Order: sequence, then C-alpha cells, then structure tokens
Amino acid sequence: MAALPAPGGAGPSGSAGVSGDPGRLTTQTLAPAGGLPSAGGGISGARSLRRMARAVTSNRKATAGTVLLVLFCLVGIFPGVIARDNPSAEIYSRSLGPSAQHLLGTTAFGQDMFAQVVWGTRPVLLIAFGVGLGATLIAMLIGIAAAYLGGAWDGVLNLITDVLLVIPAFPLLIVIGSYLHGAGTGVLIAVITLISWSFTARQLRSQALSLRNRDFLQAARVRGERSLYVIVVEIIPTMTSLLVAAFLTNALYAVLFSSSLQFIGLGDPSVTSWGTMLYWAENNEAFQTGQALWIIVPGLCIVALGAAFALLNYAFDEIGNPALRPVRSMRRVSVKNAE
Amino acid sequence: MNFVLRRLGFFALTLWVALTLNFLLPRLMPGDPALAVIAGHKGALSPTALKALTAQFGLNTHQSMVAQYFRYLGDVATGNFGVSLTTQPGNSVGRIVLDAIPWTLGLVGITTILAFVLGTGIGILGAWRRGGRLDSVMPPIFVIMTVIPYFWIGLVLILFFGVKLHWLPYFFSYDYTLTPGFNWPFISNVLEHAILPAFTLLITTIGTWILTMRNTMISTLAEDYVRMARAKGLPGYRIMLDYAARNAILPNLTGFAMSLGFVVGGAILIEEVFNYQGVGYLLLQAVDNDDYPLMQALFLLITVAVLVAILISDIATAVLDPRTRGAR
Amino acid sequence: MSRTLSSGRADIAGPPAGGAILTVRDLSAEYTMDRGTVLAVDNVSFEVEPGEFLGIVGESGCGKSTLLFAIARLLLPPAGISGGSVLFKGQNLVGLTDKQLAVIRWRDLSVVMQSAMNALNPVTSIGAQFADAMRAHGVTSKAEIAERSAEVLRMVGIDPVHLKSYPHQLSGGMRQRSMIAMAMLFTPDLVIMDEPTSALDVVAQRSLMIQIKELQQQLGFAVIFVTHDMSLVSHFSDRLMVMYAGQIAELGATRQVFDAPLHPYSSGLMEAFPSIRGPRVPLTGIPGSPPDLARIPPGCRFAARCPQVLERCHSTTVPLYSVGGVQVRCLRHASAEVPGD
Repeated sequence: MAALPAPGGAGPSGSAGVSGDPGRLTTQTLAPAGGLPSAGGGISGARSLRRMARAVTSNRKATAGTVLLVLFCLVGIFPGVIARDNPSAEIYSRSLGPSAQHLLGTTAFGQDMFAQVVWGTRPVLLIAFGVGLGATLIAMLIGIAAAYLGGAWDGVLNLITDVLLVIPAFPLLIVIGSYLHGAGTGVLIAVITLISWSFTARQLRSQALSLRNRDFLQAARVRGERSLYVIVVEIIPTMTSLLVAAFLTNALYAVLFSSSLQFIGLGDPSVTSWGTMLYWAENNEAFQTGQALWIIVPGLCIVALGAAFALLNYAFDEIGNPALRPVRSMRRVSVKNAE
Repeated sequence: MNFVLRRLGFFALTLWVALTLNFLLPRLMPGDPALAVIAGHKGALSPTALKALTAQFGLNTHQSMVAQYFRYLGDVATGNFGVSLTTQPGNSVGRIVLDAIPWTLGLVGITTILAFVLGTGIGILGAWRRGGRLDSVMPPIFVIMTVIPYFWIGLVLILFFGVKLHWLPYFFSYDYTLTPGFNWPFISNVLEHAILPAFTLLITTIGTWILTMRNTMISTLAEDYVRMARAKGLPGYRIMLDYAARNAILPNLTGFAMSLGFVVGGAILIEEVFNYQGVGYLLLQAVDNDDYPLMQALFLLITVAVLVAILISDIATAVLDPRTRGAR
Repeated sequence: MSRTLSSGRADIAGPPAGGAILTVRDLSAEYTMDRGTVLAVDNVSFEVEPGEFLGIVGESGCGKSTLLFAIARLLLPPAGISGGSVLFKGQNLVGLTDKQLAVIRWRDLSVVMQSAMNALNPVTSIGAQFADAMRAHGVTSKAEIAERSAEVLRMVGIDPVHLKSYPHQLSGGMRQRSMIAMAMLFTPDLVIMDEPTSALDVVAQRSLMIQIKELQQQLGFAVIFVTHDMSLVSHFSDRLMVMYAGQIAELGATRQVFDAPLHPYSSGLMEAFPSIRGPRVPLTGIPGSPPDLARIPPGCRFAARCPQVLERCHSTTVPLYSVGGVQVRCLRHASAEVPGD
C-alpha cells in the first residue's frame, strides 16, 4: 500500500487551491487548477468518450496502461488456459526452483507457484473493479446529491463525508478486519468500498458545485427540465473524465489495500491471491530460505497492475491538461532579422 | 479565529465518531468476538482484570447499551483504556502504548517530513526545467514508484541488503544485547537499524510529492501573475519561489495532511516487516492476539495523531495563504 | 545598475528626437500544436511614436494578444516568435536573452494585463509586489521603495494604506488601478495594455480610461492598448489598428479609421457598435467566423465574410495599401503606392 495523498483543494480545510478551481483528481496528484475539461457546457457523453478513445491511442502512457490492464483481465478471465495446475493442490515437492514443469518453482507447501500467480489474478481484479465501480457510484450519488440539494442536506452529507475522509483508512480496515476473522473477496470489496467512497464524493461535489450555475444548466432549468434530468443528462456527462479517473484511483487503492490486508493475515488465507501468497511467503521465512521468487513475483504483479491503473490515470491527466505533456522545443528565431 | 474553532469542532466530532466506532464495532460483528476472546483468555488473567474487561465490553448485561456507552466515554476521558489481554499480568494499555510511541515518531515522523521536503523540492525543479528526455521519462517512473506496496519493497530490500549482502540489520529497532541509554554505541545501533525501514518509507512516499508538486507547479507557471513577474524582469529564482512555488505548495499542504492517513497505514506495514517496535507493530500484534483493548486504544491514538497533523497543516495554510484568513 | 525614480522624464536617454520608440517589422508568431503550426501573427509591421496612444482592435482569436506578448517577449511554449524584429529604443528585443531583457523590463517597458485578480500574486501584498519589482532593478533603500510605492498609488487615486492589502481585499476597479500604478513605477517609455478594462463595468471602464489618459499626458509614455471594444478605445487613441486573422486589416489615425473606415471588416465593426444617439439603424453583424489559422485560405482572409467581395479576392494575396495616410489591406483600394509588408 502506497502513500497516496488526496488531491488538493478537496481537503476538508476547504482552501481554495491555487486559483480557486475545484479540486481535480490526478493519479495521486494535487494539481488543483482546472477541474477537467470543465470547459464544456454540455459535451455529450458519447462525444467525450470518443475523444477519450482517440486520446488513449495517441498517448504512450495510456497505451501501456491499457495493454497491461487487458493482459491482466485476460489472465483473470481464462486462468485455466494459461496455467494447467490446480493452484491449491499441494502435490509437488516443496520449495523447488524454477524449471520447465514449474515455471516459477513450487512453494513451501508443494504448490505450483506459477499456477498460484495466474489463478490469483482473478480475486484481485474482482476487488479492483468491484471497489472501483462501487465507490465511484456511491460517491456519485452522495457527492452530486449534496451539491444539487444544497442547504441542510449538503451540510449533513458533507460532514459525514469529511469525517470518513479524515479517519485513517488502513487502521480502520485493520480494526474491522480483526473482528471479522478472515475476510473473503466479497467482504473485502464491501469494506474497502465503504472506506473509499468519501474521497471521490468530495471531488464530485466540488465539480458539481462549480457547474451548478453554469449557463447551460440555467438553460436546462429555464426549459423546464426536472432536476433528475438535469443531473443525469447534463451534469454527469461533463464529469466523464473525473468519473473515469475516480474509478481508476479507487481500483488502484483497492488493489493495494486488499493486498496489504491479506499480507498481514486479515484476508481469508484459503483464497489464492497475490496478497495471500505474500502472507504465506513471509510466514514461511521465504527470504531467509532463499525462496526469493515467492516474494518477488506476486509483488511484481501487484506493482504491474497498480502501474496499469496509475499510468492510465496519469495519461488522462495529461490528456485533460495539455500543459502537463512533455514539452517540444521551439525553433529558435535567428537574430539576423534585426534591421 | 473562527476558522480554527470550526476546525477544532470538526476534529472533536471525528474523534467522537472514532470512539463510537470503537464501541459499536465489536458489538455489531457476527459471532460476538469480544465474548469469544475473553473466553479464550480467561485462564491468563487475574480476576480483577477479567472483571474490568467484561465490563469494558459490556458482557455483564445488566447495564443497557446506552449506559455502557457513557461509561466507555467516561473511561476514555480519564485515560483508562483498559488492560491488555496479552501482556502479563495484564499491563495497562496506556503504558504499553506510551512505550511504543517514540519509536514510531522517530522513524515515521522524520522520514515523512524528509520525503515531503525533498519531494517538493525535486518537484519544483522538475517543473521549472521542462523539455528534454528527462521530462517525459521521469514522471512515468515516479508514477510507478508510487504504486509499489510498502511492505513488498521492504521485503525486497531486506532480501538484498539484509540477507544477501548482510550490509544492514533488519530486525527490531535495536540490538537486544545492548542496554538502552544515551550512549553512542546504542544510538548508532538504533540509527543503523532505522536505515532500511526509513529508506523504504522514503522511496515509497517521495514519488507522490514529486509528482504532485511538479504538476501543480506546471499549472501555476501558466498563471498570469507568473507572466507578470517575468514582465517585471524579476530574476528566475525569485519567480520560481515567490510567485510559483509559494502558490503551488498550498494544495500540497492540504494533501500532506490528507495523506497522513495513508502514511500511517504504510508505517504499520513497514514496522511489521522490519519488526520495528513502534505503534504499528504493536497494533498488528494486538490484532494477531485478539487483544481488543490494546487495539482500540491504538486506533484512537492513530486517529488523534492524524487529526493533529491536519490541524498543523491547516495552520500552515492559513499562514501562507492570506485568502483563508479573512472573515468566512 | 540602479535607476533614479522620478515622475519626470529627465533621466531618459531615449531614441533620437523624432524617431519612433517602437518599430515592429515583419513580426510573426506561431503556436506549435499537435495538429500543426498555427500562425497567430503574420508579418505585422508598425511603428509607435513617443507619447502616442495606439489602439489595437479585433475579434477573439485575431492575434492581438499574441502580438502584444510577442513584442514584450512574454510568449511561452507552445507559442513563440518565428520571425521579424522588434526595435525598441534602437535595440532588437527579439533574440535577447532573459538576462538582457531584464534590464529593459519594467524600467522602459511595462505591461498591464486583463484581470488584476489573475495578474497579481494572490498570496503577497500589493506593496510587496511593488517592492520586488523595484528591488529587481537595483532600488534597495526601503525608504525609497515605500515612498515611490505610495507616490504611484496616489497617482491613480488609491490611498497608500492599501500597500498592505492583499489583492482579494480590493475591489475590481482598485485592483486594476493598482496594476496600472505598478506599471508606472519607473515611468517607462512604453506601456503595453492587454484588455485592462474588459473585466470592469462600463462606468469603471470609462473612469479607468480617463485615468490612463491623464497619466499619459502627465508622464508622456506611449501606450499600446489592445481591446475588442472599438468604441471605447476610439475616444482615447491617436491611431487605431484593426487586426484580422493575424494580419493588419487597417491602420491609421483614429478619427479617419473611425469616421471613414476603408476595410469592409472595419466598417462592419463600426456598424456593429451603433451609436446611442443619432438615427435608429438596424443592428448588423458580420456573419461567419474567422478562418482557421492552421489552414489559411488563399487570397484575402476576410473574403468569405466580406459583403463587398470581388472575384479576385479569393485568389490574390493582398498587400497593405496606403490611402491618404491610412494603411488598408483591401484590393478595393489597390493603388500605386504599396508600402510593402
């Protein structure tokens, strides 16, 4: 689990940030200025999705991230195709090194490590997407509702969000996890989602507030559209990039949180996942007995999947804020033009 | 002033929520964990300790939930966090926690500040010097650095520097054969033991600071007032510091406070991996042993620490940004 | 190398008497984007005499702000100067390093921007921002700094007690005027203003313009004033330049350009600002929009929207013609005298 501070301008102190713009989400960055292309009154969801697709293919980071993500998804969906062995079957000799039959060797329990890594992909992906979707949806509900309803509702929802935001997430997860005695994939999704939504909710509320008085929304109101219509059809599509960024960030956090919880033994140890592999590796003194791969490989997978999410997120940042892109050098003007 | 009062009120509220969570969670979980734990520990505790614990968890049910709640709040207010279930003969939780705090403060506190200062500095420079291959290659590298799990990089470093190369120690906070004291052998030993954990914490957290500062600086450098500073003919370093960095760092400060929740989490993992007896290590021990009183007290401590840090960063923001000082 | 501050112009070793203070020749500036290069300023040439008030008008995207920043050497990537020269008091600003420019900046040439809220550092006081400009040019005495800061504020009608204020504590009009005061610190020879009134209400606009004009008469500096508000600037400028699609469309004495515009675009602009007095006329606009500067059409750039377009306008590149002292880029005024551009 890495230290990922919140974007600025969205902290509970409510400072306006550099130029008073609502907090914007970047991977874990604090770049505050300029929500995302909040330039846009009423850009339709379809158009901005198409623009995003084009942007993804042209940006190298986005391409790399997408390729990695797709790779992992394929492995997660079809593990049996790639790894023949049953990951939990303790049938082989223990602690073998890598060989043709066991690409990564075997664990101290005699399981094929390669199979474990491959089959361990699915629970991680489930948690990542589950939390990503869940947290973003809840955040959307609460954040936008708070911005739109205003008044007392806004105050209450805001308070709840802020408190949840400030209470340290990982220690809370540990406390809850210890009462539960072994959290399976579903429980992990639920618990991590509950911890994660508050952050995104704050950003969405910020963005929604800044849009609230924009002309195109006034126009919708004047046309007589009902609030729900305005929210769904006009506001949400303009927040597409923010929602995508939120999904990616929450997915990233979920991967790191869940692996960390599993590592310290609060996950369900019978589930094969990268985090639990590391738990067993540490419990069996893997690094002291020279079983370096048992530690290195699952960790690398976590880094790779996390990097996929993070690169995609960073790439979307660059797409949304062209100033962040690598700078080309300008032609130097020759002095000979002096007259 | 008004601002500070509102913040304190908010913190009080958060603290209250944390306390209430501490109270409610064990009672809400399926299978009544408190009961099971006390049953499991019965043999190891003195009768008075046992009585105190059952009262603490409300297992003598002639008190209503509400009465128990207020009793709990009262206990906390007087500093009575109960008795640890795992240390003989049931030491006071307060004492155990106090012993562990300095280690964590030293390791985590100093390293985090170092990472913040270094990271911010590198970020500022990175934004100032755009263009070139470094500009397009470094950010993705830093991005990847930020997703490395704390505990994993700790394990890998142990693998190389500790086990394979035998350069640095990686177990506990100091060599147990030495007697603690303000003597150089002890202190140097402590520092030696702190190198790997500190380095782990540094490299996992610094990436974030570098990236966020760089990105914020880039946005700031495009602002009109920076252009105006150039128009005035100010020297480069002055523009960078007084006009750009001074403004760009503001969101970073907010983020610093927010990130403390995560840094704390990471510190817990690092202490676990290196067996460094700080607050985090203690927490995980408590979890392993189902030592609920200790665990709850540590959770409260961590929450308070985060709140204090947030308050400090809020004050720093108010000092640096005159816009937040005005009547709100 | 300090420079004495004074409210007069006795210390200036200016250009030779009768010579222009600013000579822009064939200046071009472009933006390097992913989709290609956009030529925002295309071979613009003009001169500014000492003490003259030159207004530059045009619609959004015509390149007037880019031109201004190019002259002041304040363009940032992806924008940059791609050709031409900017002779300021005999020195070509194009090609100078930042260090060389720093000497001239603010002392001889200062800038006033559109929104003071954005152009002033939000976290430092007004006084501090005045002070760092002075310190950058060698004025170190605190007393001198304080005195001069108070002096310039009084010039624009602001109580010097506001030196301690932060930008967000002042009203919009006061902020704008303090920016102008800041520009006066060294009594420069040329002040470049980029739409300084656009963010203000009409009343404040007029009062600001009057203030600028008074200062100009008092201190004798030249002004280049960019705006989209033609009617506002025409009351105060000596000469008027109309820009379109990166080029000069018309340039001449204000009265002439305003009363008898030669370029169809200029007359279109005039008609779009009907007078509040006089007979009622139907409101007219100029249909269409400016060309995409990444794909410049052949011939006259205004041809697609021109109500007086001729057949050859679509294919012939149009140079600047001189008609009775006014330069105009229109084939309808093709005459023997072509000033070359």
